[in-house]
Amino acid sequence: MNILVLVKQTFDTEEKLVIENGAINEDGVEFILNPYDEYAVEEAIKIKEESGADVTVLTLGPDRSESVLRTALAMGADKAVFVELEEEVDEYTLSKYIVAAVKDQSFDLILGGNMAVDSGSGQVAIRVAEEMGIPHVSTITGLTLDGNKATVERDVEGDVEIIEVNLPFLATTQQGLNEPRYPSLPGIMKAKKKPLERLSVEDLELTDMDVTVRTSVQNQYLPPKKQAGKVLEGEINQQVQELFQLLRNEAKVI
Amino acid sequence: MNFELSEDIKFLKQSIKDFIDSEVDPLAMEIEEKDEIPEKIMKMSKEMGLFGLSIPEEYGGTGIGMVGKCAIYEELGRTHNGYTTVIGAHTGIGSVGIVEMGNEEQKRKYLPKMASGEMIGAFALTEPSAGSHATNLKTTAVKKGDKYILNGSKHYITNAPIADVFTVMAVTDPSKGAKGITSFIVEKDFPGFSLGKNEKKMGLRGSHSAEIFFEDCEVPVENVLGEEGQGYVNALKILANGRAGLAARNLGSCEKLLEMSVQHAHSRVQFGKPIFEQQIIQHYLADMAMEIEALRSMTYRVAWMVDQGMKVIKEAAMVKLLGSEVYNRVADKAVQIHGGIGYIAEFPVERFYRDARITKIYEGTSEIQKNIIAAQLKQQYL
Repeated sequence: MNILVLVKQTFDTEEKLVIENGAINEDGVEFILNPYDEYAVEEAIKIKEESGADVTVLTLGPDRSESVLRTALAMGADKAVFVELEEEVDEYTLSKYIVAAVKDQSFDLILGGNMAVDSGSGQVAIRVAEEMGIPHVSTITGLTLDGNKATVERDVEGDVEIIEVNLPFLATTQQGLNEPRYPSLPGIMKAKKKPLERLSVEDLELTDMDVTVRTSVQNQYLPPKKQAGKVLEGEINQQVQELFQLLRNEAKVI
Repeated sequence: MNFELSEDIKFLKQSIKDFIDSEVDPLAMEIEEKDEIPEKIMKMSKEMGLFGLSIPEEYGGTGIGMVGKCAIYEELGRTHNGYTTVIGAHTGIGSVGIVEMGNEEQKRKYLPKMASGEMIGAFALTEPSAGSHATNLKTTAVKKGDKYILNGSKHYITNAPIADVFTVMAVTDPSKGAKGITSFIVEKDFPGFSLGKNEKKMGLRGSHSAEIFFEDCEVPVENVLGEEGQGYVNALKILANGRAGLAARNLGSCEKLLEMSVQHAHSRVQFGKPIFEQQIIQHYLADMAMEIEALRSMTYRVAWMVDQGMKVIKEAAMVKLLGSEVYNRVADKAVQIHGGIGYIAEFPVERFYRDARITKIYEGTSEIQKNIIAAQLKQQYL
């Protein structure tokens, strides 16, 4: 059983965002393995421990993002593929790169986080499934493999949908699927000896057409600061009057 | 000169920090109230590899050097000191003897199980009449055939109630003084070994110390650690090795106290402004930060010297002394900055203050460290 896990390096969720000249300032920022991807890595390692599997993790990004592969290897993945990518590209191009990076390998199961906590697009993994022509199931909270078939539970706005799907397929993982482990000390030491393949985008031999982004970010800004709330006082009739006036004249919603 | 930790060590440190912050620290008050480490935390800590810190990779441990160990101890020091002590006593004095002086057979027998935490280690030197005067041991070991017969008792033995393997110093030849002491690996199931009651301590709750007794306790000759007559030298080596580690734990506790103190000073308003605005509080915080920084530099430098294979008798004593004294001064200032709330057991500052006190006593008192330093100065300059 071959499993591929797609991971991304993201901002630590506790970092403060600073935008300078339309770009996010990365100075002194801690980067982590995207929390949704942790569920994907954990699930792959659980399958490996329960029934045996070869787990490959893959990421793309600037040099610093290699550290998330080391985290996944320390958690228990077997090998890693790193595609060095300096410029920002869109989900369309990213998925083209990913498919090209693993085109010589075959996988029975591909896992990835439901979305990345930074961009939040939730597109890359499912685009990969589309490119590869395999089915995908998103936001899963349960996965049972049985030979060539899998029973998947997925989160549908608080309800659970149960789906049967044939391998190979791709699934994106959601909170509730499992409890990701911490990389253990022996795991971290062993990870150093595990194979990590480094590729450049040139190695992927894609056409200009494939790597031309279809969308790009024009501007980004922080939401306006929240104003303190207003507490109305006085007789109830008077308060209703005042509320009506405020909604109409100040908030302009009526 | 390079003062950066390596990428590997930073990674190890961060992983332990995440684990401590998310899993252990939220339960610190529970450890304090129940006087025990929750089983779940013990299990997770073992899975994290924390019990194999001092044990080489080939015997199932982590096999990181002293700098790496100190980086991890620093993170452990940020949480409940009783929890830290259970791990510290096992990975330090509890297992280092077998790692450093054990023969191949002993290492193969004990270390893999100690690395996984299946077996817990303890160090048994102190006796009622042999504390700082460590050579004044009354526990005897007499060779009979293929066994040594041990008689006597030890007290204040950290981890004794949960330990499976003890590194025990006993007198094999009373006529030779310090050179008549031998160290043994004693298992808790050896005939004639028994455990006394847990001591009630000022702090370090969750970590238990007890008396142990040997009544015609039978120890096979293959369990002699090192050579006969080398026991006191072994004990000194084991203790010296642990000193930078103790300093690193204290460093972590100091940082946590400084962090809490700065935050409290910022949020506590008196006389219409945060107490941080008072110059006296700023000076307290500056003093704390400066001493902590000095402790950090010395801790990692001594750890680095250990990894280079340099002789660190003097430096290890100095860093143990500095670490204990700085921790106590920082804890005292932290209580003062916190005021009343610093004296209330519902908040962690009070716990750190009590837990700090033992660091000036265990594994060689502050006074003994000064004696060691002075003896080294004599060798150096006279």
